Amino acid sequence: MTDVTTEAPAAVAPVRVETPFQRFASEFFESKIATLALFTLIAIIVLAVLAPWITPQNPYDLAQVDVMDGRLPPGEEAFAGYTMWLGSDGAGRDLFSAILYGLRISLSVGVTSGIIALAIGMAVGLLAAYTGGRTEAVIMRVVDLQLSFPATLVALMLVAILGKGIENIILALVVAQWAYYARTVRGTALVERRKEYVEAAACLGLSNMRIIFRHILPNCLAPLIVVGTVQTASAISLEATLSFLGVGLPQTEPSLGVLIANGFEYMLSGRYWISVFPGLALLFTVVSINLVGDQLRDVLNPRLKK
Amino acid sequence: MTVFIIRRLMQAVLVVFLMSVIVFFGVNVIGNPVDMLVSPDADQADIQATIERLGLDRPILEQYWLFMKGALQGDLGNSFIFGEPALKLILQHMPATMELALTSLVLAVLFGIPLGLFAGLYPENPISKGIMATSILGFSLPTFWVGLMLIILFAVELGLLPSTGRGDLGTFLGMQSSLFTLDGLSHLFLPALNLALLNISLVIRLTRAGVREAMGQDYVKFARAKGLSTNRIIFVHVMKNILIPVVTVLGLEFGSLIAFSVVTETIFAWPGMGKLLIDAILQLDRPVVVAYLMIIVLFFVVINLVVDILYSVLDPRVRLQDHGQ
Repeated sequence: MTDVTTEAPAAVAPVRVETPFQRFASEFFESKIATLALFTLIAIIVLAVLAPWITPQNPYDLAQVDVMDGRLPPGEEAFAGYTMWLGSDGAGRDLFSAILYGLRISLSVGVTSGIIALAIGMAVGLLAAYTGGRTEAVIMRVVDLQLSFPATLVALMLVAILGKGIENIILALVVAQWAYYARTVRGTALVERRKEYVEAAACLGLSNMRIIFRHILPNCLAPLIVVGTVQTASAISLEATLSFLGVGLPQTEPSLGVLIANGFEYMLSGRYWISVFPGLALLFTVVSINLVGDQLRDVLNPRLKK
Repeated sequence: MTVFIIRRLMQAVLVVFLMSVIVFFGVNVIGNPVDMLVSPDADQADIQATIERLGLDRPILEQYWLFMKGALQGDLGNSFIFGEPALKLILQHMPATMELALTSLVLAVLFGIPLGLFAGLYPENPISKGIMATSILGFSLPTFWVGLMLIILFAVELGLLPSTGRGDLGTFLGMQSSLFTLDGLSHLFLPALNLALLNISLVIRLTRAGVREAMGQDYVKFARAKGLSTNRIIFVHVMKNILIPVVTVLGLEFGSLIAFSVVTETIFAWPGMGKLLIDAILQLDRPVVVAYLMIIVLFFVVINLVVDILYSVLDPRVRLQDHGQ
């Protein structure tokens, strides 16, 4: 008996008390690739946000762009004196500046459509899970139907109907994505709904709204965050694809996809940089978001924990 | 069983009908094709004549009624630009797209299965790790970007392969195709590879997972104990079991290939349905857009219907589940 009582505190002592966030962070940083991806992503976001202050020129201010600088290869000096490390495009815009400005547009379109799709998908998914019965059957039928078409095709159909323009693209991306969120939320919410804490909350006489939003929703957040990261990456890439095809954003909203499309005509004559560098920026963004999303899924999924 | 099929069939018809409403009204309410088609210096009489010729002055419901009546008889209206029936235009461009999609399916199998097999048999080999890392890139890189890189590498830098058009067409058994001439094949390779990349990654992952699972199974151990050669075990016993999921998934992916070919065809100037759609969108050629969308919806609905019915034949639980709802 005495053995047991003396040993027990010794075993407990070395365990540090971690907040859930600290545990989450230390698990996240276990993967070197994910850590690298996270820092790349943060760097990209910072560069995009700070674009007007760190780029040598505003590529869309005609007073600062000189046509004489057109199609300069990387590393050449511009007429205004600074070096164009990534070269310039057909109109004489510094590509480094154009890419950072393009990133702002690409990221904001991707994130905006992601947030709207998440809000709609979440509301619909929760509604389906909480009401059940005929409402749920109808909602899930629509979700399944939409998911049987590839997201690219859904977005393309909407763009074919709606036409160009930033609002139309955001709308198309939202419609192409909401179903993924709805399915995820409904799946998790169905599991959570049957747990005791929901029953307890109902016994306390809490309103349905309060139970859904204060009790069920917070427990559905983990898979939502994972789907959210992956979907944002695919939204950015989808917008770039549509813009590249010429049915996405107009020339007045030059996202990365528009820049790549503009460079396409110069590519066969060997002026690769006009398309390649914006493409690389898109690539780093999409791949780093995906890698971060993968690691988040591993860390947030309790089934995979040792 | 019959009830199940009839219900699925009715659902499919309902979906096609709903999509026709959405597509037709969406396309017709937004945008004004008259501005596009009549030159700016045309007088009022010319504009009026064009409107009447294209039936744009009728009430929208009547236009839809005429559209549906025509659609059921295989007439989806005339292209504003070419003046030919939209359906005929799409059917003319369909063989090029099918050729591209089928070739890319073949490429997915030719590249995907050997690479996946290698990665599954030697999971610790650095080459396998390289294959798996590349396959992740295959999933996350945007298709159009990879297409551009292929053009830069093979067409511009190395000058090995052409990057635009379909090349010479050969005729074999009454079919015209790029597959039957060397020039056509060289034109086909880059776009087909570009379209295949996603599916190559998919097949690699499926094959690898299948091999790793199968190698631990009793039937493989038994075949070993029987003294069969490793080659025979892998290529006869294991292969048969891996091919089932691969064939299923590739069958389902065929619809996506037709949809994704829109991107590939635009990059490589491949004269298929996808390029026709993009050109039609840019020129506001509404009948062609509507016809393309209706055909692609029909295509997907048929694929899903066939898959649903096949599954319900193979796995009766699917039917019961549907009944329970």
